[in-house]
Amino acid sequence: MATKRFTKDHEWVSVEGDSATVGITDYAQQQLGDIVYVEVPEAGRSLDQGGEAAVVESVKAASEVYAPVSGEVTEGNGDLEGDPSLVNSAAEGDGWFFKMTLSDASQLDDLMDEAAYKAYIAELG
Amino acid sequence: MPTRTILGNRGLQLEQPLIFEQDSPGMSGVDLPEPDAVQDRLGGLGRKESIGLPGLSEPQVVRHYMRLSQKNYAIDSGVYPLGSCTMKHNPRLNEKMARLPGLSDLHPMQPVSTVQGALELMNLLGHWLKVLTGMPAVALSPAAGAHGELCGLMAVRAALEDRGNARKIVLVPDSAHGTNPASAALCGYDVRSIPANDRGRVDLAALKAALNEDVACFMLTNPNTCGLFEDEILEIAEAVHAAGAFFYCDGANFNAIVGRVRPGDLGIDCMHINLHKTFSTPHGGGGPGSGPTVFSEALASFVPVPYVVDKGDRFDLVEEESQSNQKPFGRMKGFHGQFGVFVRALSYMLSMGSDGLRQASADAVLNANYIAARLNDLLTQSYDGPCMHEVLFDDRFLKDTGVSTLDFAKAMIDDGVHPMTMYFPLVVHGALLMEPTETESKQALDQFVELIRGLAERAQGGNEQYFKEAPRMTPRRRLDETAAARKPILRWVPEAS
Amino acid sequence: MRYLPLSDADRLEMLAAAGASSIDDLFKDVPASVLLDGPVDLPKAAGEMAVERTIGALAGKNLGTSSAPSFLGAGAYAHHVPSAVDHLIQRGEYLTSYTPYQPEISQGTLQYLFEFQTQVALLTGMEVANASLYDGATAAAEAMLMAARITKRGKAVLSGGLHPHYRDVAVNQARFMDFQVVCADPDPLAREDLTALIDAETACVVVQNPGFFGQVRDLSALAEACHEAGALLVVAVAEVVSLGAVTPPGAMGADIVVGEGQSLGNGLSYGGPYLGLMACRQKFLRQMPGRLAGQTVDVEGRRGWVLTLSTREQHIRREKATSNICTNSGLCALAFTMHLTMLGEAGFTRLARLNHAAAVKLADRLGALSGVEVASDTFFNEFALKLSKPAAQVVDDLAAKGILGGVPVSRFYPNEAALENLLLVAATELTTDDQADAFEAALKEVL
Repeated sequence: MATKRFTKDHEWVSVEGDSATVGITDYAQQQLGDIVYVEVPEAGRSLDQGGEAAVVESVKAASEVYAPVSGEVTEGNGDLEGDPSLVNSAAEGDGWFFKMTLSDASQLDDLMDEAAYKAYIAELG
Repeated sequence: MPTRTILGNRGLQLEQPLIFEQDSPGMSGVDLPEPDAVQDRLGGLGRKESIGLPGLSEPQVVRHYMRLSQKNYAIDSGVYPLGSCTMKHNPRLNEKMARLPGLSDLHPMQPVSTVQGALELMNLLGHWLKVLTGMPAVALSPAAGAHGELCGLMAVRAALEDRGNARKIVLVPDSAHGTNPASAALCGYDVRSIPANDRGRVDLAALKAALNEDVACFMLTNPNTCGLFEDEILEIAEAVHAAGAFFYCDGANFNAIVGRVRPGDLGIDCMHINLHKTFSTPHGGGGPGSGPTVFSEALASFVPVPYVVDKGDRFDLVEEESQSNQKPFGRMKGFHGQFGVFVRALSYMLSMGSDGLRQASADAVLNANYIAARLNDLLTQSYDGPCMHEVLFDDRFLKDTGVSTLDFAKAMIDDGVHPMTMYFPLVVHGALLMEPTETESKQALDQFVELIRGLAERAQGGNEQYFKEAPRMTPRRRLDETAAARKPILRWVPEAS
Repeated sequence: MRYLPLSDADRLEMLAAAGASSIDDLFKDVPASVLLDGPVDLPKAAGEMAVERTIGALAGKNLGTSSAPSFLGAGAYAHHVPSAVDHLIQRGEYLTSYTPYQPEISQGTLQYLFEFQTQVALLTGMEVANASLYDGATAAAEAMLMAARITKRGKAVLSGGLHPHYRDVAVNQARFMDFQVVCADPDPLAREDLTALIDAETACVVVQNPGFFGQVRDLSALAEACHEAGALLVVAVAEVVSLGAVTPPGAMGADIVVGEGQSLGNGLSYGGPYLGLMACRQKFLRQMPGRLAGQTVDVEGRRGWVLTLSTREQHIRREKATSNICTNSGLCALAFTMHLTMLGEAGFTRLARLNHAAAVKLADRLGALSGVEVASDTFFNEFALKLSKPAAQVVDDLAAKGILGGVPVSRFYPNEAALENLLLVAATELTTDDQADAFEAALKEVL
C-alpha cells in the first residue's frame, strides 16, 4: 500500500518500498495555469531533500520543484516532453515528474499527510 | 461581430500573408548589374543549394510592410503608459541628424584622423551625461540598459579584484527588474533579495542586516519600480560604502529626476542610462537601445575599452587595454558603441537644453501625479503620498468583479490605448504601473483618465463579459500563448507537397 | 519648448488637482541637500536650426565613406540599401512602437520578426533563429555561454581567424564567470589546426567563416572532431552577404551560428547600432538567449504571432535566465528583413556574386603592384594584403590623399610585429572602376 505525503511547496511523493514517485499537486497546477514545459531530472542524479529537482513552466512563470526527500533519480517522466498538459489534467496521476529511490525513509515524517495538506491549502485561500 | 467580408479584411484593417507565401521565383525588387565573369576564389566552397528566399517586386514589398505597420500601436498613435519604459515622443529631428553624411557613412575602423568630428560628438555626449549625473567618468559602449548594468557590475568586480577580494554576493530589492539579478549572475555573483517596507521603499534595516564583507554591490533603481523616490538613499549609500561594497543605480527611471537631482550627489558609484528612455531615442519595436554607464571616482579607472580621450588639440580612441594608462576591465561590444543612437540622443539634449530637461522631469512627475489624483478614488493606489514619474495601482479595486488586471488591460486596447505595465513590480498583487511621460498633453491625459474611469466603473458594475472577451476590434484577438509555448513554431516551412 | 505640451495654465490646474501648491511639493521625498535649485551647467534649449548647425559642424569634420573611395571591412561593410527601406522603417508604427508584449496590437512587429527568424535560419542553413541580439561580437559571447550550458563544460577554444572584437568580448565575459578560454594565435594564412586544442573539457570551438583575414574554409572536419569530443561547433559570420555565395555553416556541421547582420539594411554609422544574429539546432532551442516570435492562433482561429518561450528570459527567470538581455535590435532587424525581402533569392545571390567579382578584380590589380602580395588564397569580398612596409603608415598616407584604403591589421593587433605589414581590403557592389583606379594609383605612390 503506497504512502503519500505532501510538502509545503506543493510537491507530492508516493512511496512503495524504497521507491518513490514525485509530482506536483492538483492545487499547484491550478495556481500555475497551463503548463507548457517540464524539465525533469535525468536518471542517476542524486537529490537532497529540499534541493532543486525539476522546473515546471507556464507561459508567464517558471517554478522550481524541490525534492521532498533525499535519494537518487531512477527515471524522469518522458511523456511530459511531448505532452506537458498531462500535469494539468492528471497532476497526481500520469503527470508525475520523476521516480527515485530513498536514502532516508524517516524524512517522510517531516512531511504532511493528505489530511494535513488539505487543511494547509484551505488556509492559503 | 460584423458580418464576415469576402477577403476577411475589415475596412482599413488589411490581412497580409507571409513574404514566403508571395514568392514569384526569380523576381527581385532590386535591379543589380550582371557580375563580371571572374575565376572565383571560394576554394570550392561555393553555395550548392538554393537558400529558399522568396522573390517580390518593390511595389509588393512596400505594400507588405505598409500593411504590417498598420497593425502596430506606437507612441505616434497615442499614449503609451508603460511604467519604467518612458515612452516619450521620438523627435524626427533626431532621425535627420543621424542620417547626415559625415555621420551615417563613417566606418568604425577609419583612421582616427578622419573621424575627429565623430569622436568629438561622443565626447560631447559623454560630457552631457557626466554633468547631468554629477559623475566623473562614463563608458559609452554598452548596447542597451541591461548591457550597461553588466558594465557597471563588471567594473565593480574588477575594482574589488584589484583590492584583492571580488566578494560573492550582490543585493537587489525584491521589486527589482529581472535584468538586475540576471546581470549579477553573468558577473559570477550570487543574488540575495532585500524586502520592501510598507511604504514601498527598501527596508533599510533589512539591508543593513544583509550587508557584510561578502557583499560586492547593492543594486537599486531610483526612483524605484513602484514609482517612489527612495528617500533613505543617503543612509543606504552610507551603509553600503561602510561595508566596503559599491552602490549601483539602475537608471531606467532617470526621467523623473533628470536636471533636478544628480545621482553622483546620492553616493552612487555606477549607473546606466537608457538613451532610448530618458533621451528620446526611438524604441523601434524593441531596439536598438544604448546604455552608457557613468562611474564614480572609485570606479573611473576600470571603464572598459574603447573610450574617447580629449587631448586638447585632437581626440583619440583607446581601443586596446595595452594602449590605456588606466585599468579597463576589457571589451563589452564590437566597435565603439551605438553611435547612431548617440547622435539621436545628443540632438535631443541640444534641443531640450539644461532648462528643458529640468522642465521635462517636472512635467513627467506632474503628469503622473495628475492621473493618480484623478484616478485614486476609483482605483487602488498602492502607496500613499506623491509618486514620481509613474504611479502604481494594484488589483484590489477589481476584487469580486471577476475581472483581472489582464482583462482590464485587454479592454483598454479596444478603446485604442496601449495598456500600462501589468504584473510588475511583483511586490503588489496584479500591479498596474502607469507612466504617462511629459510629452502627453493635458487633453490626452484627461482622455486617458476618462477611459480608465469608464472601464473601472464598468468592471465594478458587473459587466465581466465585456472584459473577458476583449479585445474585439483589433487585427487579432487574444492569442493562444500556451499552444505557442507547447509546440513552438518559430519559422515558416514550405508545406510538404 | 516644442516637445513639452503642457502650458503654464495647464500646470497650475494640474498641480491643484494633485493637491500640490508647487512642483516642489511633488519632490518632497528628495532630500533637500541633493535637490538642485536650477539647471545644471549645460547649454540651454535650442531650436531645430541651431541643433542642425551644431551637429552639422561635427559631421563636417569627418571624411565619410560616401565622399571618398573606401575599401574598409574588418567586420563592417558598405553596401547599397534600396531607398524604400529607409522610408519604411521611419513609419511611426515601426519607429515609435515598443516590444510586442501586447500581441493583439503588435502583429506587424511579430510577423516581421517571424519572417526575419525564417530568413536567418535559411541563410545560415540552421533549424531555428532568434529575433536578434546586439551585434556579432556579443552574439559570439552568448553562443559560448550557451554551449557551456548545453554541454555542462567549462572551456571554449577560439580560432585565430575570429574577429578580435568577438574574441575580446567572449574573453571578457568568460573572465567574469570563471570560464576558461583558449585563444589560438592569429592565423593570417588559415593554417591553424584547432582539433589539437579540443579535449574533454571543451564546450565549444568558435571559428569565423570567411575568417578575419579573409579565408573561406571547409569546417566539416572540425565539426566532426568537435562532435566526437562531445563539444559544439560555433561558427561566426561577420559579413552576412557571404551567405549568398558560400556554403552555409549549417551545411558544414555547425551547432550554433552567430553573425553580424549590419550589411543588409543598416549603414555603417561609425560602428553602431548593428545587428547580432543567432541560429541553432532545434534541440538547443531552450538554451538560446534572445527573443523569439512564435506562430499561434487567436480565439477566432486566425493565424497570428506572439513572443514565446519567454521563460528563458530575464523578466521571468531572473538570475537563472539564459542571459540578461532585454532589448533586441528591433529596427535594425526590420531594416535587414526589408532589404533581404527586396533582394529575394535572385537579387541576394547576384549581390553576393557582384561582391566577390569586385574583390577578385581588385585583389588581382593590387597584387600585381610591387611591394604588394595577396596573402589570402581564398576570400569572399575581403582579403589580406602583405605590404612591403607597415600597413598603418600606408593607411594614414592614403587617407591624406583622400583614400580610405583598407584597415591595417595592427589596428586590432597593436603588439604583434609579425602582422604589422598586413592590410585588410574589402570591395563591395559599391566599388567602381574609378575608385579602384584611384586606390591603385595612390597605393603605388605611397609604397
